[in-house]
Amino acid sequence: MSKEPVAVVGIGQTKHVAARRDVSIAGLVREAALRALADAELTWADIDAVVIGKAPDFFEGVMMPELYLADALGAVGKPMLRVHTAGSVGGSTALVAANLVAARVHGTVLTLAFEKQSESNAMWGLSLPIPFQQPLLAGAGGFFAPHVRAYMRRSGAPDTVGSLVAYKDRRNALKNPYAHLHEHDITLAKVQASPMLWDPVRYSETCPSSDGACAMVLTDRAGAARAPRPPAWMLGGAMRSEPTLFAGKDFVSPRAGRDCAADVYRQAGIADPRRDIDAVEMYVPFSWYEPMWLENLGFAEEGGGWKLTEAGVTELDGDLPVNMSGGVLSANPIGASGMIRFAEAALQVRGQAGEHQVDRARRVLGHAYGGGSQFFSMWLVGAQPPDA
Amino acid sequence: MTRAPGPRGREIAVVAFAQTDHRRTTDELSEVEMLMPVLHEVLDRTGLKTADIGFTCSGSCDYLAGRAFSFTLALDGVGAWPPISESHVETDGAWALYEAWTKLLSGDADTALVYAYGKSSPGSLRDVLTRQLDPYYVAPLWPDSVALAALQAQALIDAGDTDESALAAVAARNRTAADTNPHAQLRGPVPHGEHAVRPLRAGDCPPVGDGAAAVILAAGERARQLCARPAWIRGIDHRIEAHGLGVRDLTDSPSARLAAEHAGAFDAPVDTAELHAPFTSQEVVLRKALRLDDRVRVNPSGGALAANPMMAAGLVRIGEAAAAVHRGESDRALAHATSGPCLQQNLVAVLEGDPR
Repeated sequence: MSKEPVAVVGIGQTKHVAARRDVSIAGLVREAALRALADAELTWADIDAVVIGKAPDFFEGVMMPELYLADALGAVGKPMLRVHTAGSVGGSTALVAANLVAARVHGTVLTLAFEKQSESNAMWGLSLPIPFQQPLLAGAGGFFAPHVRAYMRRSGAPDTVGSLVAYKDRRNALKNPYAHLHEHDITLAKVQASPMLWDPVRYSETCPSSDGACAMVLTDRAGAARAPRPPAWMLGGAMRSEPTLFAGKDFVSPRAGRDCAADVYRQAGIADPRRDIDAVEMYVPFSWYEPMWLENLGFAEEGGGWKLTEAGVTELDGDLPVNMSGGVLSANPIGASGMIRFAEAALQVRGQAGEHQVDRARRVLGHAYGGGSQFFSMWLVGAQPPDA
Repeated sequence: MTRAPGPRGREIAVVAFAQTDHRRTTDELSEVEMLMPVLHEVLDRTGLKTADIGFTCSGSCDYLAGRAFSFTLALDGVGAWPPISESHVETDGAWALYEAWTKLLSGDADTALVYAYGKSSPGSLRDVLTRQLDPYYVAPLWPDSVALAALQAQALIDAGDTDESALAAVAARNRTAADTNPHAQLRGPVPHGEHAVRPLRAGDCPPVGDGAAAVILAAGERARQLCARPAWIRGIDHRIEAHGLGVRDLTDSPSARLAAEHAGAFDAPVDTAELHAPFTSQEVVLRKALRLDDRVRVNPSGGALAANPMMAAGLVRIGEAAAAVHRGESDRALAHATSGPCLQQNLVAVLEGDPR
């Protein structure tokens, strides 16, 4: 028996900010969920199950917070499932929810991911105590900077490319009302002059730490037929994982990422991603990851990703827009960031992305990764259902 | 013999189960070292290798490990190379099994490896579990897991559903059953002891300990190739209740009953039930909600009163129920898992063997 097609019929986000001191954790997630329900013109009673994801529980200091959030998310009497796959969790959570529909376990599922990072200090929450890692790694930037340097050396990319990505994403964010950073006076010179944090990653080439939530209503064919607005259809979705460290691991272009993309393209019948995919929301927490993932995802040949960025191909009006929303570089509620990528991809094919809408976006890729470049989740969504 | 496919079109079974010996402390072992033998054992039982597995899903909790992303180390132990299709739930492994079941159901995979582990020994579990509670109104008061279970037990006694001697009998029966379970932490009767938190005595409470478990799922003919008598998952469902204890009737478990209904548990009698009831009083609640009478063998393994490795004990219930089917000791078994304070969230699976 074939899988049930999965449609996105409701999307809701909070305005991502450094600290949402006006709401509790429950208030934050409920805000996103209610917006997704409103978008789908559904009520809590229409939801069969809730799938929730977030990154480490230490970020808020609440162990397994889904237990406490059951009431706020209308889950009482329903199945509620909690997913945690590191930074890719927002994407993985959406895929777990989608599979409930695809397997015909449920007709309509609410999926939500969040992080309220102001409750703690994410950088130190991510810095594992000795002896789990060597001292002075100081957060995710310390972990990823050497891999960026490896990419620069391997590809021969000029030093300037990282700043170009940050300058683009921060300008895109100005068109996205939900983005955390709205730097109206941003210039390329300012990005290039910002302090060096983890060489070669500058302050302005780094994601912020945000409070935010993102929710989606996923439904089956019958649910999509009732939807008030155009749905986004899932054309392919996959997760791949590999170990953190092992001899021969390629941190610059991890095989798990390549395999994951290949699986998604196979499901969706994508022969040439550069030609067949119109735009990408990819997980770029540090600017240099845009050219790195362009190669990993098959949009550029090895060593050629930076050339697309440098040529302006990934600009909002370019041939392959990347991170139209401003991306992780402009809003990073960690656990939600992957789902925001998935949701922004869906907004594009629904034609609902507002000022950052890409013309004729028919097939858009949402991408998330996490851990030590080891957990990947992706989906490709389209304006037409998979059998059309 | 082949049975008609389930209502959703694909038959899925538990084909292998393995668990550690559950122990009070495993200071000499990392979580990965504790888990590895179980992974090897469950794979050996089917002859499968990591690379043969279509989907892998695990359950564990950073708050027990005391570090973020603790599950990534376990993944290193699984040997996720070449890269695997994999996911993780931050709760009991029974929910990881549920996620894996949906992956097999949709046809994305034909086999799944599910594992779960938890080490409670490094910290004070009673204190750690308070961090599960509403962070604004309840957690600041640090009400611990035994105290909350005692509230539930007192509510049951006040309602006339049980008394202290009946609870002691629950404890004795479970731990006597555990006599034949080589993996149990508490085997054979133990003194019922002083009140821990009135009305619960030490004997009413689960042992605190470390352990791991793993299960392999397979679909259709693949299951028959891998196991002489697969434990077919006839139904599986889970439901959650409100978090605030004040708005719940602690003498009942509507979420367990609802999950059982959706899993088809009431469609025909079960002969065996494995209940994840860490406290004696919770077995009373679950027997009532799941309509288990004296004809049902409840917790032949000794249940969570004999071994309660956090994040694995629920998966162990499914594994024990499946193993009873594999051995031909059960034809239709119910397995239950719980999460959260006072049975807030409950999962029920119904497992059947082919007719003999």
